[in-house]
Amino acid sequence: MNLDFSQIVPSIPFILEGIGATLKFVSVSIMFGLVLGTILALFKISNKKWIKLPADIYTSIFRGTPLILQLMIIHYAIPQLFEYDIPVFLSAVLAFGLNSAAYVSEIIRAGIMAVDKGQIEAAEALGVGYKPMMMNIILPQATKNILPALMNEFITLTKESALVSTIGYMDLMRRAEIVGAQLYRNFEPLLFAGIIYWVMIFILTNIGNWLERRMRKSD
Amino acid sequence: MIKTIDLTKTFGEHTVLREITTTIDQGEVVAIIGPSGSGKSTLLRCLNLLENPSQGYIWIKNREITSPKVKKVEIRKDIGMVFQHFHLFPHMTVLENVMYAPIKVKNMKKELAVKIAKGLLAKVGLKDKIDAYPNRLSGGQKQRVAIARALAMEPEIMLFDEPTSALDPEMVKEVLDVMKDLTQTGMTMVVVTHEMNFAREVADRIIFMDEGKIMEEGNPKEFFTNPKTKRAEDFLSKVL
Repeated sequence: MNLDFSQIVPSIPFILEGIGATLKFVSVSIMFGLVLGTILALFKISNKKWIKLPADIYTSIFRGTPLILQLMIIHYAIPQLFEYDIPVFLSAVLAFGLNSAAYVSEIIRAGIMAVDKGQIEAAEALGVGYKPMMMNIILPQATKNILPALMNEFITLTKESALVSTIGYMDLMRRAEIVGAQLYRNFEPLLFAGIIYWVMIFILTNIGNWLERRMRKSD
Repeated sequence: MIKTIDLTKTFGEHTVLREITTTIDQGEVVAIIGPSGSGKSTLLRCLNLLENPSQGYIWIKNREITSPKVKKVEIRKDIGMVFQHFHLFPHMTVLENVMYAPIKVKNMKKELAVKIAKGLLAKVGLKDKIDAYPNRLSGGQKQRVAIARALAMEPEIMLFDEPTSALDPEMVKEVLDVMKDLTQTGMTMVVVTHEMNFAREVADRIIFMDEGKIMEEGNPKEFFTNPKTKRAEDFLSKVL
C-alpha cells in the first residue's frame, strides 16, 4: 500500500494556516446569516403581505439554487456586469451569509411560531411594545427551541465552506489540494484536512450541547 | 369607567358578540357568567383590545379606545389582565416576571421595581418563591404570580379571564382569596368565571351572557335567587 505520511510533514504548517482562513470566513458568514436571517424571519411572521412576500421570495431563491452556483455568480458573474474585481473573502462571505440567512430565517420563523401565543397576549396585555416583546420575551424562548436546528445549520455551513476552494480562497480544503498536487500524493493531505474538519465540527457540536444545557436551566 | 355601546365582534361569518351595551363604574366588581361559547371571554378581551371589535364603541375613562387614533399600548398600561392559563414568562424567575413590565413599559428604576414586585409577591403569599422559575410552581402559585405581575403595572382596571378554570380544585381557593382581597382595595374588576359562589359573594353585579348577548344583569342576590329570564334559570339549574 502506497501510504507515507512523513512526506506531508513539511506541509503541515501550510495546511494548518487554512484553519484560520476557514474559521474566519465561516464565523463572519454565520454572524451575517444570523442577523439577516433574524430580520427575514421577522418579516415572514408579519401579517402585511408586502413585508412577508419579499422575504419568502428571497428564501425561495437561495434555497432553490445550488450554493456553488450562488458562489460562482457572486464571484465571477456579477463582477463582469460592474467591471469590479471582487476579493475572494468578500465573495465567500456574501455567498455563504446570504445562503445561510435563507435557512436560518426558516428555522427562526418556525421557532417563533412555536412559542405559545399566550406569551404574546400576556406581553401585549402588559402594554409591552413590539420590539421589547420580541427581544425579551419571544426570541429568548424561540432561541431555546431552535438551538439544535441552528447548530445543525452552522455545522453544515462549516463543512460546506470547503466549496470556497473552487474560487481560490486559501482555506483548509484548498491548501490540502495544493499540497496534494505538489506531492502527487492526495490521500495523506486530504485525510489530514478531513481530520481537522472533523475536530472543528466536534468542538462546534460540544459548544452547541453546552449552550443547550445552559438554556434548559429554567426547565 | 368602562362603557360599551353596541359592541359587536364577528369572526368571519360567526358573530360572537351582538351589540353589547353596558357600563361598569369605578370600583365595581362585575362577574360575567354564562355557558361556554356565549362570548364572555371575547367581551373581556375586547376591553383591552386583545380582540379588535368589529363594530361599536368602547370608552374607558372617558376616552374612546375604539378610535383608530388610540395607541393600544397606552390603553393597556392601565388595564391588567389575568389569563386562564397564566402565561407567565417561563424563561424569567418569578421576581423577573413581576418587575419586567414596570421597568420596560414604565421605565421604572430597577430598585423601585424590585421593591414593588417583592411587596406584591408577599401580598399574594409567594415571598419565598421569588427566585423560582414558573415551572417549579403549582397552578395556584402561578396564577397568583400572574395577578402580581398585572398589579405591578398599577392598573386601574383588572380583567380576569376564567382565572381558576385551569386549576386543580384544591388550588382554587388560594387564587380566589387573593382576588377577594383585591376587591377590598377598590379596584375595578371584571371577572369571567364559572365560580358561582365567588360571583355571588364578591361581585357587585352579575352579567349573564348567552349567544353573544347580555341576557340579564343585576345584583347577585337577585340574579341567583330570582333570575328574570328563562335562559338564566336554565343555566343556574345546571350549575348550582
